[in-house]
Amino acid sequence: MSTQDNRERLELLQGTLDLLILRTLIFGSQHGQGIARAIQETSEKELLVEHGALYPALQRLEERGWISAKWGISSNNRKARFYALTAAGRKQLVRETTKWKRLAKAIARIIGPESAEG
Amino acid sequence: MFGRKRKVEDFTSEIEAHIQLEIERLREQGLSEEEARAAARRTFGNVMHAEERFYESGRWPWWDHFWHDIRYGLRMLRKSPGFTAIAVLTIALGIGATTAIFSVVDAALLRPLPYPQPEQLVSIQDDLPGAGARDAGMSPPEWQDLQRSGIFEYVSPTWFDENNLTGSSQPARVRVLIVAPNYFALLGVKPQLGRAFHPEDHTPGMMLEVLISDGLWKRAFGGDPHILDKSVRMDTDLYRIVGVMPAGFDAPGRITEERNIEVWAATSFYGAPMPDHPPRNRRNLPTAIARLKPGLTIAAAQSRLDGLVASLQKEYPADYPLQSGWTVRLAPLKERVVGNVRQSLMLLLGAVGLVLLIGCVNLANLLLARASARGREMAVRRALGSARKRLMSQLLTESLLLSLLGGIFGLAILFGTKAFLLRLVPDSLPRLNEVTINWVVLLFALIASLLSGVIFGLAPALHAGRVDLTHALKEATRGATGSGQQARTRRVLVVTEFALSLVLMIAAGLLLRSFRDLLNVQLGFNPQSVMTVRTRLPYPNDPTTDIYRTPAQEAAFFREILRRAGTLPGVEEVALGDTASIPLDQSLRDLKLISEGQFLFMLEGHDICSDQPAVVGRSSVTPEYFHLLGIPLLRGRLFNELDAENAPQVAVINEAFARAYWPGQDSLGKRFKSTRAESPWITVAGIIPNARTESLAEASVPQIYLDVYQTGAKRLAILLRGHLDTAATAELVREQVQSVDPTLPVSGAQTLNETVSASLSERRFSMQIVALFALTALLLAGLGIYGVISYMVSERTHEIGIRLALGAQRRNILRMVMRLGLGLAVAGAAVGLVGALIVSRLMAGVLYGVRPTDPLTFAGVAFLLIGVALLACYIPARRAIRVDPLVALRHE
Repeated sequence: MSTQDNRERLELLQGTLDLLILRTLIFGSQHGQGIARAIQETSEKELLVEHGALYPALQRLEERGWISAKWGISSNNRKARFYALTAAGRKQLVRETTKWKRLAKAIARIIGPESAEG
Repeated sequence: MFGRKRKVEDFTSEIEAHIQLEIERLREQGLSEEEARAAARRTFGNVMHAEERFYESGRWPWWDHFWHDIRYGLRMLRKSPGFTAIAVLTIALGIGATTAIFSVVDAALLRPLPYPQPEQLVSIQDDLPGAGARDAGMSPPEWQDLQRSGIFEYVSPTWFDENNLTGSSQPARVRVLIVAPNYFALLGVKPQLGRAFHPEDHTPGMMLEVLISDGLWKRAFGGDPHILDKSVRMDTDLYRIVGVMPAGFDAPGRITEERNIEVWAATSFYGAPMPDHPPRNRRNLPTAIARLKPGLTIAAAQSRLDGLVASLQKEYPADYPLQSGWTVRLAPLKERVVGNVRQSLMLLLGAVGLVLLIGCVNLANLLLARASARGREMAVRRALGSARKRLMSQLLTESLLLSLLGGIFGLAILFGTKAFLLRLVPDSLPRLNEVTINWVVLLFALIASLLSGVIFGLAPALHAGRVDLTHALKEATRGATGSGQQARTRRVLVVTEFALSLVLMIAAGLLLRSFRDLLNVQLGFNPQSVMTVRTRLPYPNDPTTDIYRTPAQEAAFFREILRRAGTLPGVEEVALGDTASIPLDQSLRDLKLISEGQFLFMLEGHDICSDQPAVVGRSSVTPEYFHLLGIPLLRGRLFNELDAENAPQVAVINEAFARAYWPGQDSLGKRFKSTRAESPWITVAGIIPNARTESLAEASVPQIYLDVYQTGAKRLAILLRGHLDTAATAELVREQVQSVDPTLPVSGAQTLNETVSASLSERRFSMQIVALFALTALLLAGLGIYGVISYMVSERTHEIGIRLALGAQRRNILRMVMRLGLGLAVAGAAVGLVGALIVSRLMAGVLYGVRPTDPLTFAGVAFLLIGVALLACYIPARRAIRVDPLVALRHE
């Protein structure tokens, strides 16, 4: 389903999308398309986010009470559903970030600096 | 969770907004409208997929699956109307019958009595086990003791009586209950019109106020709204009507007569016409009911009562000889009303439950057969990715749909035939008017339906889950996928069905044999061409107004009636007796108990204090009675002209009495008397053989016959023998009786054969119902085995064809098929026999003459069942031997 020009981009690891969404929302509420764009641009287009895959994740986060959603008007005057971080979501973000950093560090130690380049 | 559910539309519009935003962003980067739209869609990915995932995460898929299953199930059921009709009908009949019986069980046994705080209501029963007397009644002083004991809120003796209600066009016999003034306060019921008795009224003698039933109000007074304070004449006494009880109020009585009371009269049970100082040991109050003090359990009340009884025994040793073992027993009032039908009702419920179960097993078999026909459908659906669980729930939903449809249909049948069915129930069944189809009954029907759906749907559903894909799809071309596993399940089901049917049939067989034995017992009297008519002499409160005060005054009336009845056309013999003398009269046998208590007597030559008073059947008759009923004299003499009021009292006794009380002695000339102080000694004048006059099931109940000219009698039976038209003769007897005394009611004309037959009505009812159920079970079992064997034959057509082609004898093929069926039937019968042994032991109480393990019944029923099985197998077996090998092989 991915297209040719996206071929060299990285596929997201399982479970990381939730973290990225929460992280993106730390700067304020945003709609789905904005979140997708932000992830892509912040990662300097390294990450491949299929926009469609975003929505089940948003749905899931909303159900867990980590984000809340309401309809609003976008900067270019369009109706869009805006998502915002809740207090529980903020805590979850801290937990997930710590976990992720530890994981990344551990993996990096195993793989070593040389192989990372190759 | 409920409120947070998002609508699919909301989600869809969010996605649309997303794509629009993306398009606008791309347009800003300089792409054309078209390019932007395509790119946006590309980056979004699969919209459908996102929507599907939203759908599965956000909603309850099982709910949608459920609806889908139901819609699909309904479609499947519509597609095979024949199967659906059979299945729905089977379940409808099963659920309908089970629910019908349950509604009776619910009304009679489950629901509390329809009075406030029914758990406080008890019946009080005095037993004298030493004298062999149960429910011997109590004396007025004992009643007073109970009233003062602090255990009861209220205690009221109840005394059933029949009275002559005069003043309307015909003198009528009415059912009267004589109670304490606290009776209605005790039950906690109020009249619909007027007032009840004042519970604290202590006027001596009879209170001249009565309450009447709704039925009597409408029948005899046309529902007159100004009925209150009107007077009615009962037994020549005038009573004032102070209240009308509501329709549907039934007195809590043991027998029908006692429940359908028409008039309630109150008394304090002392003062004329009763003795002012009634003796302690004269138990003339037949029975009593009471309401416990609030908060007192029956067990606690009983233990306090035991203490009271012990102290009374100490205080009045002369009245309560220790040997008699006087005890006072409390039982829930409901027990008194419904206690003696519990076993029969449970038997019926069990029987009908078995039929339902057999029906379910049969349906399971049908469904399995169908499942194999649908094997291809299931296999294809599995191959296309249907989850195993989904397929199973699909099949189970179909079964549940069938069973619910059946349940609804069954209830519809029940509603439609309710009036008719209720007429089939013998009206001796207590609380019959309370039988309704209420929500408990509906809930029962629903649960029974669901349960049957699960029972018959489980096996097919499990099999669908186990479909072997490759095998099924390969086999599908041959149109059948019956795996070995499935064939085994079907055989197990048939064996189960046979076992259950056998249990039911043995139960029916035992009941049938009991009934036949009862019909064929030697009665000891001849009921042929005998009929009885009843009348009743008045019993006024003021003895001086009684024109039948002494036996001599009654005797004149008796002689006149005998003379007049003897001249009626067709009448060959006439006799008179009290109603207790009518052999096997069921209601009156109990009536004696509820209206007179038991006849306690003592024998001459035994010390009064230490002697045990005994209880026997007693009736008063004219000398013609014995000849009319064909009862011979063994020794001594029967009554004659000389046995008049003032002559020494004589008795004719039966052998059972002689043997019980004067064993090994000549009882002629021996004397005994009633325990009532003022009663005279009675000399045994004659001995007659035992006859089954009390109950068909009891061969030798001790009996005393007294001369009615000496004892007198109020409730009279006129017995007539001859070639008589019952109705016409009854009318003629009425004319004759009323031309002697126009105030006397005449009722209850019946041939003695009818009386004998009526004494079996409850047995007949349960026997017929169980027999009907057993026949149904037999039919279902036959159909079940027929189905399985037919299926096996059709599956093995190919094999049979080959065998025949290779030279097998048709006889051998026939034998092979029959052996399969026989094996199933024998296995089923073997399992069933074990079950039947257990069930028949539980039935021992309702059997007569046969042992619960009667080998003849067991063997006979087993052979019958196997015979039916062979017959059911013969049809498919014939088809098997007609297989044309050419056709069978070409079919391949």
